[in-house]
Amino acid sequence: MYKIVTKRELVPHINLFEFEAKEVAEKAKPGQFVILRIDETGERIPLTIAGADVGKGTITVVCHEVGKTTKKLGALRAGDSILDLAGPLGKPAKIENFGTVLCVGGGVMIAPLYYQAKALHEAGNKIIGVIGARTANQLIYEEEMRQVCDELYVATDDGTKGYKGLDFLKDLLKERKIDRAIVLGSIITMKLVSEFTRPHGIPTIVNLVPIMVDGMGMCGACRVTVGGKTMFACVNGPDFDGHQVDFEELMARLKMYTAQEKLAFVFYEKGERSS
Amino acid sequence: MSKPKPKIRKEAVPMPKQNPKERVHNFNEVALGYTVEQAVAEAERCLQCPAPSPCVKGCPVEIDIPAFIKLIKERKFKEAIKKIREKNNLPAVTGRVCPQEQQCQANCTMAKIGDPISIGRLERFVADWEREHGYDTPPKPKPTGKRVAIVGAGPAGLTAAADLVRLGHEVVVFEALHKPGGVLVYGIPEFRLPKKIVEAEADYIKKLGVKIKTNAMVGKLYTIKELLERFDAVFVGTGAGLPRFMRIPGENLCGIYSANEFLIRVNLMKAYAFPEYDTPIYIGEKVAVIGGGNVAMDAARCALRLGAKEVRIVYRRSRKEMPARAEEIENAEEEGVIFEFLTNPKRFIGNERGWVKAMECVRMRLGEPDASGRRRPIPIEGSEFTMDVDTVIIAIGGTPNPIIPQTTEGLEVTRHGTIVTDENGKTSIEGVYAGGDIVTGAATVISAMGAGKRAARAIHKYLMEKRNSGKS
Repeated sequence: MYKIVTKRELVPHINLFEFEAKEVAEKAKPGQFVILRIDETGERIPLTIAGADVGKGTITVVCHEVGKTTKKLGALRAGDSILDLAGPLGKPAKIENFGTVLCVGGGVMIAPLYYQAKALHEAGNKIIGVIGARTANQLIYEEEMRQVCDELYVATDDGTKGYKGLDFLKDLLKERKIDRAIVLGSIITMKLVSEFTRPHGIPTIVNLVPIMVDGMGMCGACRVTVGGKTMFACVNGPDFDGHQVDFEELMARLKMYTAQEKLAFVFYEKGERSS
Repeated sequence: MSKPKPKIRKEAVPMPKQNPKERVHNFNEVALGYTVEQAVAEAERCLQCPAPSPCVKGCPVEIDIPAFIKLIKERKFKEAIKKIREKNNLPAVTGRVCPQEQQCQANCTMAKIGDPISIGRLERFVADWEREHGYDTPPKPKPTGKRVAIVGAGPAGLTAAADLVRLGHEVVVFEALHKPGGVLVYGIPEFRLPKKIVEAEADYIKKLGVKIKTNAMVGKLYTIKELLERFDAVFVGTGAGLPRFMRIPGENLCGIYSANEFLIRVNLMKAYAFPEYDTPIYIGEKVAVIGGGNVAMDAARCALRLGAKEVRIVYRRSRKEMPARAEEIENAEEEGVIFEFLTNPKRFIGNERGWVKAMECVRMRLGEPDASGRRRPIPIEGSEFTMDVDTVIIAIGGTPNPIIPQTTEGLEVTRHGTIVTDENGKTSIEGVYAGGDIVTGAATVISAMGAGKRAARAIHKYLMEKRNSGKS
């Protein structure tokens, strides 16, 4: 059992959890993920690690309520426990002094982006941060990001805060010398930013979270085409060269269980209301 | 005056099975097991060949087979299971999934005049009898003060763990998944090996004193080197759990599974009980399973039970070369699985949403035998045709898990990624042993158990020598 030490609603439907997992905390590095399972009938889901506190023996994840499992998780409180938590999985992100690093994060993935940006900042990089959300009241981690970024830009899909959309990046990329870009967000965000950086030849790393089951290289559910080769995001990644990833395929594969996910959600909501 | 010899029954007592028409709609166990009377009748057929008995020679874990069969004949079931457990700590599992026809039963003297003794069915019978009547755990041995870490709670690891704990060592098993059992829980379907049986066997091993730590992926959470700081020896039994793909166009389309993913969802995550269980599975109307081994049979039979209308096994060689057990091929056929022999896919064709809709195949013919001794399949030019499918399961084998070799400096591996050991499982690092599929490549449950057993013996010897030489 893995105890929830802290649970905080950051914005509606996005929750931060600190799980008691001493050994995982000791080994966790930015870019890695954990697989968790809430209860005996639960599914295994990957969540990117957003922080680790060795002293407290906890790891942090931030999770958006989008389906049955994330909703179930969102209904738990501090003091509750989940059945399983395995990690740290995947290869850690490369952290060294690259010079100037553009760190782009969207939605819930801003939290693990912060974990990487902080490490890159401490490694001596100049950090240009870009964080975005669908709308102003869905934006998370702005304060945290401000602390580790030399410059921070905010964007929303609907323009309710900061820039409207990410098109402003095109100009930014023309004006500035950027040595590396890392992108954590939706497939659309990662694809878009990778397209923006491509003409400038900026190495661009995307952190992929496809559908996974074991997360340990056994099932191949997370396979993704990178540079024409099949890779497993769980063991060969989750970081890949954004200029080489087949995002269309990844997008299709992420939608593989949409119908079943809806069904599970409907059943869950019904059960919740009747109980 | 000699008594007239009783006539020996030549035919084996058949084991009742669920009717194919019914069982194809459920995940309950297919083979129902012997009753007491059936078991005793089958045991009475045993000729009790004197040692060295041919059957024992065929057993990778050296069970005293004539002795336990004699005890069944005498209706001493408790003593019979005790006899098996002297050598085998997973009898309810091996009684179900061992390829007995190639091992103990292949050598049976009775096979010369009729059916061999159904050794597997008898083993299963007493193991099930024990589970129903309560386990007797052997007395705890005197502690040696030595600690052993086992990496992977599959057949090799659990066997090594049980043997070592019985010798007085402290044993901790590290398992990456959330349940112990390895391939027994994620690979072999419920209808062939009910998961409550695996759980009971693992509980028995825990009762012996073995600690099992789940969610602990060695190589990520701790390295082998770190384990060596806390333990006197390490056994690596991480298996061949990585799926092999065909590397042909379209393989990443939606609806195409590795057998591993398909079976993990169905078996470990119980996707057949969706949405009561949260893990979903997609099953179409026309399913093609690529491959001819036991895993392919398992996947095909799961697909039928999940509601597929047509399930085809697509195999590039002919029936004769199929590596699956004859019993499993028969079961699949009875249930309505269609076999497409001498056929191989060339590419997968997708629809506009990225889902597989068809498979281009080519017919094959058999050429000269290859390294495996089986005749090599050769494509027949111009024989290409298209098969409509909406789900594909690729069951062409697994490769060794690379995490331990990647994270363990100085561990010698072959170019296939298997760990190099001597015949007792000793690796290139002192105190580190390995066995099972991670050493041999994908093989059987019982051969992995045999390797776990040999390694446990070697580890024990190593630890005792180390203690006696006062090195620790």
